[in-house]
Amino acid sequence: MLPGLEPIVSDLTERFRAHVNGVRLERANEVYLDADVEAVPGVCARLYRNWNGRLVSLFADDARQESAMFHLYYVFGLDAAHGFIVLRVPVAPGQARFTSLSNAVPAANWQEREIQDLFGLKLEGHPNPRRCALHDDWPEVYPLRKDFPLCAALPPFQGERHKFRNVEGEGVFQVPVGPVHAGIIEPGHFLFSVAGEPVLYLQIRLFYTHKGTEKLFENIPVAHGVRLAESISGDSSFAHATAFCHAIERAANVQAPPRARALRTICLELERLYNHIADIGAIATDVAFAVANAHAMRLKERVLRLNEMLTGNRLLRGMACLGGVRFDWEADQIGALKAFTGELRPEFDSLVQLIQASSSTRDRLETTGILTPETARDLGVVGIAGRASGFDHDLRRDFPHAAYDRARFLVPVYRQGDVLRRMQVRIDEVGESLGIMDQIIQGLPPGGIATPLPPLPPNAVALGYVEGWRGEIFHWIRTGGGDRLARCKVKDPSLQNWPALSEAILGNIVPDFPVVNKSFNLSYSGTDR
Amino acid sequence: MFDIIRKSLKTGIVTAKYPQSPAEVSSQARGRPEIDFAHWKDARPAVAACATGALAFTDEGRERTVTFDLAKCTFCGLCAESAAAIRMTRQYELAARRREDLKMVARYELAAEGAQSKLLSLSGPNGCASEPIDSPHGCDPRRRGPSPGYAIGASANEEARTASLESVGTQLNERVSQVLGRSLHIREVDAGSCNGCEVEIVGLNSPVYDLERFGIHFVASPRHADMLLVTGPVSRNMELALRKTYNAMPEPRLVVAVGACGCSGGIFGRNYATLGGVDKVLPVDIYIPGCPPNPCALLQGILLAIGKLYSRA
Repeated sequence: MLPGLEPIVSDLTERFRAHVNGVRLERANEVYLDADVEAVPGVCARLYRNWNGRLVSLFADDARQESAMFHLYYVFGLDAAHGFIVLRVPVAPGQARFTSLSNAVPAANWQEREIQDLFGLKLEGHPNPRRCALHDDWPEVYPLRKDFPLCAALPPFQGERHKFRNVEGEGVFQVPVGPVHAGIIEPGHFLFSVAGEPVLYLQIRLFYTHKGTEKLFENIPVAHGVRLAESISGDSSFAHATAFCHAIERAANVQAPPRARALRTICLELERLYNHIADIGAIATDVAFAVANAHAMRLKERVLRLNEMLTGNRLLRGMACLGGVRFDWEADQIGALKAFTGELRPEFDSLVQLIQASSSTRDRLETTGILTPETARDLGVVGIAGRASGFDHDLRRDFPHAAYDRARFLVPVYRQGDVLRRMQVRIDEVGESLGIMDQIIQGLPPGGIATPLPPLPPNAVALGYVEGWRGEIFHWIRTGGGDRLARCKVKDPSLQNWPALSEAILGNIVPDFPVVNKSFNLSYSGTDR
Repeated sequence: MFDIIRKSLKTGIVTAKYPQSPAEVSSQARGRPEIDFAHWKDARPAVAACATGALAFTDEGRERTVTFDLAKCTFCGLCAESAAAIRMTRQYELAARRREDLKMVARYELAAEGAQSKLLSLSGPNGCASEPIDSPHGCDPRRRGPSPGYAIGASANEEARTASLESVGTQLNERVSQVLGRSLHIREVDAGSCNGCEVEIVGLNSPVYDLERFGIHFVASPRHADMLLVTGPVSRNMELALRKTYNAMPEPRLVVAVGACGCSGGIFGRNYATLGGVDKVLPVDIYIPGCPPNPCALLQGILLAIGKLYSRA
């Protein structure tokens, strides 16, 4: 066990002696506490308030076949200790209910409702227990239960019957937007309650792109899971695929060879580059600075072409594989990559200068869409949005994966939490990304690019993680028999961050919503799965 | 303002010449897989490697039927790694007017141990799948080409294809003006995609691909649109929204299904939450394979669709 985790685990086992039934050390930074369901509020509050733990994932697992129980998993990230503590509690199928944690740990909100929808475990004491993952017209089905078949035929969709909360008052109007939007973006429904221009309340309805991804993971060979992981969130293809591979590799007790880890690092940074550059351009577009966007799109295209030259696909698809990566790079490809980072730096600096020299752009971005550090902490906001609201955190630094332990870089953190700072985090990170890539290319280790995977042990659990460009991505797996998984829980940072958008937009005017939304740029598909 | 203009002048024109000249595709790029059906000895390893079911087979008695469905293919290249008879080409201009134009079916006689001994018949689109694409350096990085970076117009066949596209391109303005009064308006709908296709569709608006130079615009409302560009396997939760969007469009209208998921449901296929490809919900005029299709592949599909609209008007 990591030395940082020891005092925390012994504190919990002491304090909750009556309810903690066992401690399992799966990996040095991944400790499981088996406890009774009564222990949940106490253990979670202790981790959250006293040990500064973050609830990074909360999910259920139908283990009725193995142990005649459903299991709830509460995964806490202990950033200072560089480890994870996972609380596992059983829920008897006869009872099929659990008590909400959302009032104490607001970050649990959507995740608990998702468990209620997909597993049919009734949520008690939740402030807003309405449907979340399955829309209101869905019949009473629980897709992630093992007795629900993947291809179950359901009656056709009959229309949204969701009851939004009423906002009333003199001059208060409702502005419904979506799910089909005006731009080329993913589907979701936003209901603005406005009095004149300012937004009083925003209700977000997602899960329009729910595709049964987690269920599908349980029905395909593990190797095909890598390709499915690439399709969880298209702009984070490589990050999701790598998080999935990381989980499988941890379950199999193998590590990708040094060269593969280096290539993974470069691909993760390339993904960060093209998305950050595109977002900076899109934020400029949303305040009508089209020229800046044109330059950003031009640079993004260069990154996509480089991706294709290195991996055969513009979105880095097909590169990830279990145990490492699929394609090695030869000297000319590495040369082109080196030349590219050299050329991009001045080009990008010039784009940033262009944007920063525009006082009207700054005027629109500064103090717009503020997410305070306190709200960010309560909601467990991660990634770019977290760092722009004072949350000094980055898995690349705090939980080094791939080859990040071999690179020196800074994690930009701002406290103001407005659109300008979310853009500034991206600007700073592009610079750091180029630095990371240069360092990794400098010391690119020789050797193989993939470790062959032994057969997976049955019923093994493992947490895989990657700091994607948006924020931390977690894949938790439990192996089934042979080359199958019994469960794959996918946690995209967007799920955590969406509720923050409702907070950040309050008091802002409706025409600023696009730029505030873009400054978060959350994934709908990653949330909906 | 002066700085903005100076930067633009310094940058110059960055717009790709496509379709007048071929798209700049890396020598490493993976496009349509090419199968040497006559010399394919055993389909089973490649079928096992395929995550989307683009390759599939059924055995009946002494006969095996192998199907290759380009609409499901994500060009991952794993089949080519497990079968010598398959290799990846760089071909990306794959849009088709009919779903069946993307499908090939080969019948084999089976030998002992389940290997294929003889090709009995091969059916499929002539121009598309059986045309040999002689790409000298393929795209598997382990079968490397002589030069890094971007090879343009690598082969005679690709040039021939380009010549036909060029004529499409030159007729385009004329057609658009006749049918649509000098413009084509597109409404994009994500009916459940992973957002990968959107990354590339957004690229069509960039100065590099600059769709507007053809008089083609993305519009905010289906009421203004001539074409619906649909991505994703249609999710159960998006079916109604997709139908409503289509019904809001004026006639004549076109539907273009984008990407492996839009064409066929892709890796998601049909399950409790998805209905499969766009044609399960709407009549589709053009299918654009790819995962995701690159901007030139999208452009080719849109140009092909305009030809179809022209013939209908």
